[in-house]
Amino acid sequence: MRIELVKRSQQSAWWQLASPFLALLLTLIAGAMVFAALGKNPALGLYYFFIDPLTEVWSLHELTVKAGPLILIAVGLCVCYRSNNWNIGAEGQFIMGAVLASALPILAPGFQNFLTLPLMLLLGMLGGALYAGIPALLKARFNANEILTSLMLVYVAQLFLDWLVRGIWRDPKGFAFPGSIRFPPAATIPEIIPSQGSAHYGFVLALLAAVIVWFFLGRTLKGFEVRVIGLSPRAGRFAGFSSTGMVFFSFMLSGALAGLAGISEVSGAIGQLREVISPGYGFTAIIVAFLGRLNPLGAIVAGLLLALTYLGGEAAQQSLGISLRAVRVFQGMLLFFVLACDTLIIYKVRLVGAARAGVTS
Amino acid sequence: MAFGTTNKKDETAMLEASGIVKTFGSMRANDLVDLSVAEGEIHALLGENGAGKSTLVKMLYGSLQPDSGDIRWRGQKVSIPSPFAARHIGIGMVFQHFSLFDSLSVADNIKLSLDREFGTGDVAARARSLSVEYGLPLKPDSIVGDLSVGERQRVEIVRCLLQNPRLIILDEPTSVLTPQEADNLFVTLDRLKGEGRSILYISHRLDEVKRICDRATILRHGKVVGHCDPRQETASSLATMMVGTSVAAIRRESNPAKGRAMLELTSAAMPASSPFAVALRDVSLSVSAGEVVGIAGVAGNGQSELFKMVSGEETLPRNDMITMMGKPCASSGINARRRLGASFIPEERLGHSAIPQMSLTQNMLLSRHGSDRAAFLRFGPLGLVRNDVTLRATKRVSEAMDVRKSGDDPDASSLSGGNLQKFIMGRELDRQPSILVVNQPTWGVDAGASARIRQALVDLARSGSAVVVISQDLDEIFEISDRICVIHDGKLSQPMPAGEATLEKIGLLMGGANPGHELPVAPDLAHADASGGGAH
Amino acid sequence: MDMFQNILITIATAATPLLIAALGELVVERSGVLNLGVEGMMVMGAVTGFAVALSTGNPWLGMLAGTIVGALFSQLFAFLVLTIATNQVATGLSLTLLGLGLSGMIGESFVGQPGIKLPNIDIPVLSDLPLVGKLLFGQDPIFYMALALVFAVWWFLFRTRAGLTLRALGDNHDSAHALGIKVLRIRYLAVAFGGACAGLAGAHLTLVYTTQWIENMTAGRGWIALALVVFASWRPARVLAGAYLFGAVSIGQLHAQALGFGIPSQLLSSLPYLATIAVLVIISQNRRLTLINTPASLGRPFVPDR
Repeated sequence: MRIELVKRSQQSAWWQLASPFLALLLTLIAGAMVFAALGKNPALGLYYFFIDPLTEVWSLHELTVKAGPLILIAVGLCVCYRSNNWNIGAEGQFIMGAVLASALPILAPGFQNFLTLPLMLLLGMLGGALYAGIPALLKARFNANEILTSLMLVYVAQLFLDWLVRGIWRDPKGFAFPGSIRFPPAATIPEIIPSQGSAHYGFVLALLAAVIVWFFLGRTLKGFEVRVIGLSPRAGRFAGFSSTGMVFFSFMLSGALAGLAGISEVSGAIGQLREVISPGYGFTAIIVAFLGRLNPLGAIVAGLLLALTYLGGEAAQQSLGISLRAVRVFQGMLLFFVLACDTLIIYKVRLVGAARAGVTS
Repeated sequence: MAFGTTNKKDETAMLEASGIVKTFGSMRANDLVDLSVAEGEIHALLGENGAGKSTLVKMLYGSLQPDSGDIRWRGQKVSIPSPFAARHIGIGMVFQHFSLFDSLSVADNIKLSLDREFGTGDVAARARSLSVEYGLPLKPDSIVGDLSVGERQRVEIVRCLLQNPRLIILDEPTSVLTPQEADNLFVTLDRLKGEGRSILYISHRLDEVKRICDRATILRHGKVVGHCDPRQETASSLATMMVGTSVAAIRRESNPAKGRAMLELTSAAMPASSPFAVALRDVSLSVSAGEVVGIAGVAGNGQSELFKMVSGEETLPRNDMITMMGKPCASSGINARRRLGASFIPEERLGHSAIPQMSLTQNMLLSRHGSDRAAFLRFGPLGLVRNDVTLRATKRVSEAMDVRKSGDDPDASSLSGGNLQKFIMGRELDRQPSILVVNQPTWGVDAGASARIRQALVDLARSGSAVVVISQDLDEIFEISDRICVIHDGKLSQPMPAGEATLEKIGLLMGGANPGHELPVAPDLAHADASGGGAH
Repeated sequence: MDMFQNILITIATAATPLLIAALGELVVERSGVLNLGVEGMMVMGAVTGFAVALSTGNPWLGMLAGTIVGALFSQLFAFLVLTIATNQVATGLSLTLLGLGLSGMIGESFVGQPGIKLPNIDIPVLSDLPLVGKLLFGQDPIFYMALALVFAVWWFLFRTRAGLTLRALGDNHDSAHALGIKVLRIRYLAVAFGGACAGLAGAHLTLVYTTQWIENMTAGRGWIALALVVFASWRPARVLAGAYLFGAVSIGQLHAQALGFGIPSQLLSSLPYLATIAVLVIISQNRRLTLINTPASLGRPFVPDR
């Protein structure tokens, strides 16, 4: 048996919708097999992973807290990847956005009024955009591979954050634990329904960003430019669009959204700057972007689903003793299956028996 | 005629294919095709683009497998599972889009097609002796990426001959050659034929088929529509067999009075932007309202660079090197030039003038968002796309150019080459441009669509626009041009009125000859003539 | 003077995994495939190498297991990008993400356990030579293997028919296909070789370099190996130079941390990453040269018509 691909004359609209669901189904099957291999009941494992977190109000709140940053970052990555710019350093931009914005409450703790929070959000976007501007500049000006440079900058950002919270920004009253002071209320993103759970307005920002970017990509000339350059740089030149400009635009837009996610996480969920502020949101958001078919609205659904795996991982650990690390395995498998299923949009897949290959003379 | 020998009717067939069927998706590329090639004959395989010629020869060379049908090789039924198998039984092939490796040396390229283990030195020596024997000069150590198209074809042919094939398949071999280079090739082919080898010659150039081929098989829409002796036919009777109906000739009034200069290039120069690009040097040209200027040339001599320079896909530092409608614009981008009234159609449809994965209305926007901003977009800087307007424009263009498509607004990739090119042509004509620059307007387009496109170009000029047609198809150049110039190695020759241009004059310029200078390819020519003469 | 030799030896030990992984990726990229999963394959090799060595007590078996797992893991990637023509960048990324996740799960019970070190080769007399004895004649076997691999890869690529074929399809897979070369089959093999090298490099980390398992312990080495291939313009000898340069940077910063100097340790730790960026910038600036050196079909999917 052999697999052969036959190119479709037109992309399959049906598979565009169906492929993420098929991928999800395949991930569930593979996940069940992993559970079985670990000696756990697969049905129970899947229940705790994907259903249990949805049964309680507080954990639905948690879901939005985790989904918010994933959606924000992924929405920016949609624009990047659509334009064929491979920013995989969102994790670093997330950190640098959080760092620049946290400078306000940490360095000027007395500055507390209605401007504090909006200013912090703007600084977060600026920090992320500037940090994403580095690989953009290196690509545009020096032709350096943006995949490698943006990724290297993640390690640099992590080390920089570590240095800050252990060094000059450490809370003097923090008993030598790394971490900044706790942010005052004026520098904290408020919770939506504080009596019920931890969901904060960062999630609303994420939804807003997704809708705006979706409209921008689908209906405006600049959005058209993103898609044209991504599909064919040569056609982009013919249309009079600048590939170099697009490198900066897409990187800095996605950097800004990652930075916004960073400060929204620090200000809304954590309440202070710590040495680790992300469980790998910047990388998981890559999966979110692809699972959402590089469509910002798709990213909302995909972001919620990936957030669910974080919560489900905790639930499965508590109930069945399944390692928390299974979460990353699930996420990795999901991306694999998503990419595989996307092939069906462009190609028809044929299984060819051994009979045809064995023609004899 | 120097090349005609005896008619070989009762010869045993070298290769016989019968009932060949090959289906791609829902399309029958080959439908019960029969073909018989006799020993020692040059057999033409004629047909339009998309008639199924390439599919058929790929099956004979083992790159594709037929769904059904038999292939007999010297009387024995065979299957040809791979190109290795084809070469093993004695079938060689010279590809149209060469199957060479740019970054490797000539010797390495040759070695890769040989199936047994050779040392590089041995291969080089044998290649050299073969190239001398057949008058196909080669330098085994040079890197293929640095060679001209003609030289590359020689590599392909020598590589094929090293296998000592009994049947040689040549796919559109002259489409990349100057007329003189083509003459050399015919001498070589005649000599191979004299050695008893068979040649399957694929072409759509009817005059050369008439000149060198003993028999012809004609394909249309995947079916064999006739066998004939091309020497007994006229070019137009062959064309009618190929196309099915007779193709309307281009209506063209005589050269009108010269209008004002619309497009002027003044000593324009552009350095090569990549290692594989050609630098343009001292390009001067003035195109007036009402005329079609044809630019002939062999592939890879700077045509795409010239297009980039004139269109503004690449800009020049000195603004006055190019003027359009009297305004200097060499430093302005493509959309600024479009706003001056110019339109551009590049050679490559998929991924350059159109995006295959996008719908026709989106492709409408591709070249016209700048020039038709007021109509296609609203809300100023926000640039909201008016889908209703672009859809109407797509309909208008499709009707005007008779674009056959499935549905109202399909993806560009679902259109045939001819229909997509008609759409692209219509997209630009819809603006009624004052200047139109087009590269290879009918490349890979069927005869019906070609005729329509050429007529549209002539009509546009006669309505008062300036039209520049860059083309490697000399028939096309002669058919529609009022003046003709030639691009060679990044330099443009002086334009000559079409009435004064002959195939020979243009061919010499395409080969790089300058009036008063010696022909650079002369040594090769002499060599080929000498060995060719020996065969007679 | 002994300290000098010891520093050189630690540099060699730090350079060896980079060298092996980069050589593997070089062969993959020469065939026209871009596998960004080096980090994932490496970390899989690291964890299985450690686990097998610990449970069998034999570090050689660990090395072998790491190599085999790297090769097997790479075939996941190969199936996706070769057989079903997925995007190579995204698929390589997903291989890295999956590898990091899987290795964390597999290695959970091994965290903190003392490992087994592959014994050094010790050629009597010669290794006692002053200054260079230990450096040349008393290192771990993988060190010598890596150096031999540089030569082997060069010889294969530029002196054998199979190597010529591999380079040819990296140059133009359509031409190769037209000649009847089995493009996908050769690429499967190249990717497997790259995976084996990455797995071996990973096993070197846990069985020679550190002799312990820590989650995510590759710490970007797979990515640095990818950068080294670009730095080396796809030439084996230059990979050797690049790997030792990076070995020197990472060991240099460790020594600087030990000595203090008042420089924040985080800044020193980020030096290898910053050096990678600097090197990429310097090498890629010359677009013309980059274009000539890069295999022309790198990263382009290949789907034959049938």
